[in-house]
Amino acid sequence: MAKFPKPAEGSWTEHYPQIGTKPVNYEDSISPEFYELERTAIFGRTWLNVGRVEQIPRTGNYFTKELDAVPTSVVVVRDKSGEVRAFHNICRHRGNKLVWDDYPREETSGTCRQFTCKYHGWRYDLEGALTFVQQESEFFDLDKNAYGLVPVRCEVWEGFIFVNMDPDAEPLEGYLGELGAGLKGYPFGEMTQRYSYRAEVGSNWKLFVDAFMEFYHAPVLHGRQAVAEESEKLAKYGYEALAYEIDGPHALVSSWGGMSPPKDLDMVKPSERVLRSGLFGPWDKTIDIDLPPGVNPSKMPQWGEDSFLFFPNFMILIWEPGWYLTYHYWPTAYNRHVFEASLYFTPPRNATERIRQEMARVSFKEYGLQDGNTLEATQTMIETRVVTEFPLCDQEIALRHLHNTARQYVADHQASTETPVDIRA
Amino acid sequence: MTMLPDAFSDLEPFAAKWCIEGQDARYAERLASTMPELQAFYDATLPRLADIMSYLDGFDLASIPSEPQNHNLLLLAYSFVQMSFSVEAWGQPRVPDSGAAEILAVYEPAI
Repeated sequence: MAKFPKPAEGSWTEHYPQIGTKPVNYEDSISPEFYELERTAIFGRTWLNVGRVEQIPRTGNYFTKELDAVPTSVVVVRDKSGEVRAFHNICRHRGNKLVWDDYPREETSGTCRQFTCKYHGWRYDLEGALTFVQQESEFFDLDKNAYGLVPVRCEVWEGFIFVNMDPDAEPLEGYLGELGAGLKGYPFGEMTQRYSYRAEVGSNWKLFVDAFMEFYHAPVLHGRQAVAEESEKLAKYGYEALAYEIDGPHALVSSWGGMSPPKDLDMVKPSERVLRSGLFGPWDKTIDIDLPPGVNPSKMPQWGEDSFLFFPNFMILIWEPGWYLTYHYWPTAYNRHVFEASLYFTPPRNATERIRQEMARVSFKEYGLQDGNTLEATQTMIETRVVTEFPLCDQEIALRHLHNTARQYVADHQASTETPVDIRA
Repeated sequence: MTMLPDAFSDLEPFAAKWCIEGQDARYAERLASTMPELQAFYDATLPRLADIMSYLDGFDLASIPSEPQNHNLLLLAYSFVQMSFSVEAWGQPRVPDSGAAEILAVYEPAI
């Protein structure tokens, strides 16, 4: 029996009839050909979050971002007027990667007055203009104005910096839709204490999004993280979300969360009791937050956390105790991707607050290690194609939507190209 | 001079092993430890955790890294948090079924 109300249609999935309820084919996660299409159809056309404004607070601050799927590398910089700009990270002379340190394929960050190519010393200002050419008189009618850095569309939403390779893409704010609009005003800018993780994962990028857009797995895969009695109770109880929302290509899972603080202290581990912190974050709020209307959309008192997926590969998790988490999934092959997670808290005011944050981020890693390894186990077996149709439940609605959306983007792209490639849906 | 403040001399036997900078290094130390080692550290530190927090709260957080004993105590607390899962959840140093998975802390605050 449902513990939380579902839509009148009887299920979240049927509330959105375009999503369907049939078993799902995962060919889109195991086909090298499909991945090749996704690179252009999805990663070449959608808004991709590459960081936050706090990473480049002052003029001349920059960071680079490797976008293997596109493929390109971009350099994001705060220019002299304080605007955030992005450029393809390539020197106009002979194509050397412009900004890198030690290892060309590793991301870097720093501060500069201008970008100087390591190869022949061509220089570009923070607005991308070519300002210096070594031995300029050796060139033939070189018009420096025609050789500035190649700009990438770059827009900022609530402090999040996005790029888009498609010059015709709609503006960022419209792309983020109602789900984005409903998040506006959350105090992201006050949560500047960041802890970031990176993992190379042996699965298709969508499989890890799947793992974090359903919590049906949580009482089972992560059962032992709770104390034994609580774990049994959780497994019996199962998982039901408070609400799901589908908005264009994006999706939201809204969850209950009774662990911060727990109703009964015996539910949690001894160290959590002393620290008053755990996976759901420090139990005691550090700032008052007026939640924007899109958070906890069902306005349930049991609310604990919202997971927003902004297609294709950016998630924001808003936690009731007053912190947030971001995930990124950067494909590097059909069966590999780089996973990034960042936890953001208000700056700790004392050691206690700092140690509580340590508990939250360590807990995250413990869970993440279980999730990450399970994905490789899934990837290798669905690649066998021994089984090709998988039944997904109502709590997995966002997964259906993600895979439907990816297939739709690829189909739309194929329809617009002359020689479509046959891909099973 | 001891590694930890005088009030925490009972934890001094664990200081050389567990006062470690960086979460990846703390996790590596956990994996390199035996369960008896982890259990001993856990049993000694859990009852002292509240004292550690209230003692360190007597100092400006930003100043702690410049006071070696206080800094070591903070790092010891981080290590406790890191290894507590081995004792409280897993019964082994490693997260179960995490064989090939690796998650690295690529950015962490100075304190």
